[in-house]
Amino acid sequence: MSAVIQPAKAPGTADTPRETSGTRLAVRRFLRNRLAVAGLGVVLFFVLFCFVGPLVYSTDQTHTALDQVNLAPSGTHWLGTDAVGHDELGRLMYGGKVSLIVGLAAGALATVIGTLWGAVAGYAGGWIDAVMMRIVDAGIAIPALFILLVVSAITTPGLPGLILILGLVSWLVPSRLIRAETLTLKNRDYVLTLRAIGGTHARAILRHILPNSVSTIIVATTFQIADAILLVAYVSYLGLGVQPPATDWGGMLSAGLTAAYSGYWWLILPPGLAIILVVWAFNAIGDGLRDAFDVRGRG
Amino acid sequence: MSTPSYLIRRVLQAVAVIVIVTIVVFGLLHALPGGPARGILGPQATAQQIARFNHEQGLDQSLPVQYLHYLNQLLHGDLGTSYTLNAPVSRLIGERLPKTLVLTVLSLVIGLLLAIPLGMWQAVRRNRPADYVITTLSLIAYSTPVYFLGLILVLVFSQVLPWFPSQAPQGQSLAQVFSEPQALVLPVATGAASMVAVFSRYMRAATLENLSEDYVRTARAGGSRYGAILRRHVFRNSLTPVISMLGYYLPVLFGGALVVEQLFNYPGMGLLFWSAAQASDYPVLLGCVLVIAVATVVGTLLADIVQRIIDPRVKAGRA
Repeated sequence: MSAVIQPAKAPGTADTPRETSGTRLAVRRFLRNRLAVAGLGVVLFFVLFCFVGPLVYSTDQTHTALDQVNLAPSGTHWLGTDAVGHDELGRLMYGGKVSLIVGLAAGALATVIGTLWGAVAGYAGGWIDAVMMRIVDAGIAIPALFILLVVSAITTPGLPGLILILGLVSWLVPSRLIRAETLTLKNRDYVLTLRAIGGTHARAILRHILPNSVSTIIVATTFQIADAILLVAYVSYLGLGVQPPATDWGGMLSAGLTAAYSGYWWLILPPGLAIILVVWAFNAIGDGLRDAFDVRGRG
Repeated sequence: MSTPSYLIRRVLQAVAVIVIVTIVVFGLLHALPGGPARGILGPQATAQQIARFNHEQGLDQSLPVQYLHYLNQLLHGDLGTSYTLNAPVSRLIGERLPKTLVLTVLSLVIGLLLAIPLGMWQAVRRNRPADYVITTLSLIAYSTPVYFLGLILVLVFSQVLPWFPSQAPQGQSLAQVFSEPQALVLPVATGAASMVAVFSRYMRAATLENLSEDYVRTARAGGSRYGAILRRHVFRNSLTPVISMLGYYLPVLFGGALVVEQLFNYPGMGLLFWSAAQASDYPVLLGCVLVIAVATVVGTLLADIVQRIIDPRVKAGRA
């Protein structure tokens, strides 16, 4: 019986036996996944590189320097210069900022739209669900790249417009995941009880179903960001990206395409590798989170 | 649900999706700045010219009437006329689509032939170094923009090592395309590489799931050899979810073809679409979107039906 008469300790002191919550377990499982932790490290590195880097390694990314174009890497220009004389390392930071901001914002926007759409469809059920999900099917049937090219033929968006368009073409997969989650949650006792005592539908979705789907939402967001960063790279390659003198990694890659045949490897390898590393990192984090939270996701 | 009523339900769903796609495409066509008239007559057209054009083309009628008119044209195989190439869109797509299919089907078949054994092998050797290495490599390939992958392949296998041409076959007919097989290598390799990355992941996950099933343990307890169980049971059971993914994967395939065709200058539907986007040739753009969307909806429908026929567990609602 000795365990029962242990002296009570004030809550919050260091050796209070802490509750091992689901989140804590998930965090522990995540940290044991070496690839996921490596991914986290890569993301942190690139955030520092793009946002703090320019303070340390300051370069002129607005004015052209036509007397020093396509220079090979050297002591003054660590990664050489591009076709209009911009320092390539500085440009990598400058373009990375755009890629990261657009990718994060578009990925988050897509998840928000998809989550609300999927939750409402799954919760409502019946013909509302049927119509909403057929719209999702129709959206999935049209490849995002094709829609983006049609949009590019109509208009040239600014940065907020680009984020909006990317968000609007990529919310479909998360909406399916959240709908599936909602279908299992909406008949739980706490939701049924809430409805029985007169709680509104909005309250059921916002206060119960979405908070209980939070692990699915987090995992979906991570994969969505990876996809969005990749999509930004495609979009710039196809000519709908941010307009010069601003750039992003995809824009740098497509600008370097012709130069690559002249042997100017420093114009394509750095932005290409940066895209691969960051997208890989978000995918690895997503894999790690999915396994840690034990939710169904893609792949 | 019995199979006939499932089929009817599923076909009706597919029809509904196609109707929604036509509404989206019709909506885009009318969201153009100045409408189709501005697109055809150009930015120099006067207001009177646009008004006359709209009247002649029935564009001053109400939207629902125009939509029904548009649907009627579609049902007669009329996708409109290209602004710049002065030819019916259906004929342009009809000429280009077979070439795109050659490219995508070759990439798909080669990709699957590599991805399926690879994914199974990874699942069998799960959590060993080889599995980690391949998982990481396929995730890296998955994270690589297809055009960057293609560019690297061109630089290595066409510039540094002059083994293959950097341009795809330029022939107009299919026979001409096949007459230059070495020119198909790099475009197909680019497409296949991204395919391997995606499908080895699916195959690995599907095989892992099956390896933990009771029937594997039962078969082993009954004395069957592990290799035989893998070949005879696990392989077939893991293949069904992968095959059903193919239907959903069609849009990605076409998106990939768009990039590969542009990169290797291959005269398929993707390149047609790309040049149409450069020229703001909306009928061609939207015609391609429509064809791809319908192909995807039909592909998904067929994949679902095939899966239901070959996998009795789907009918029982367990898979």
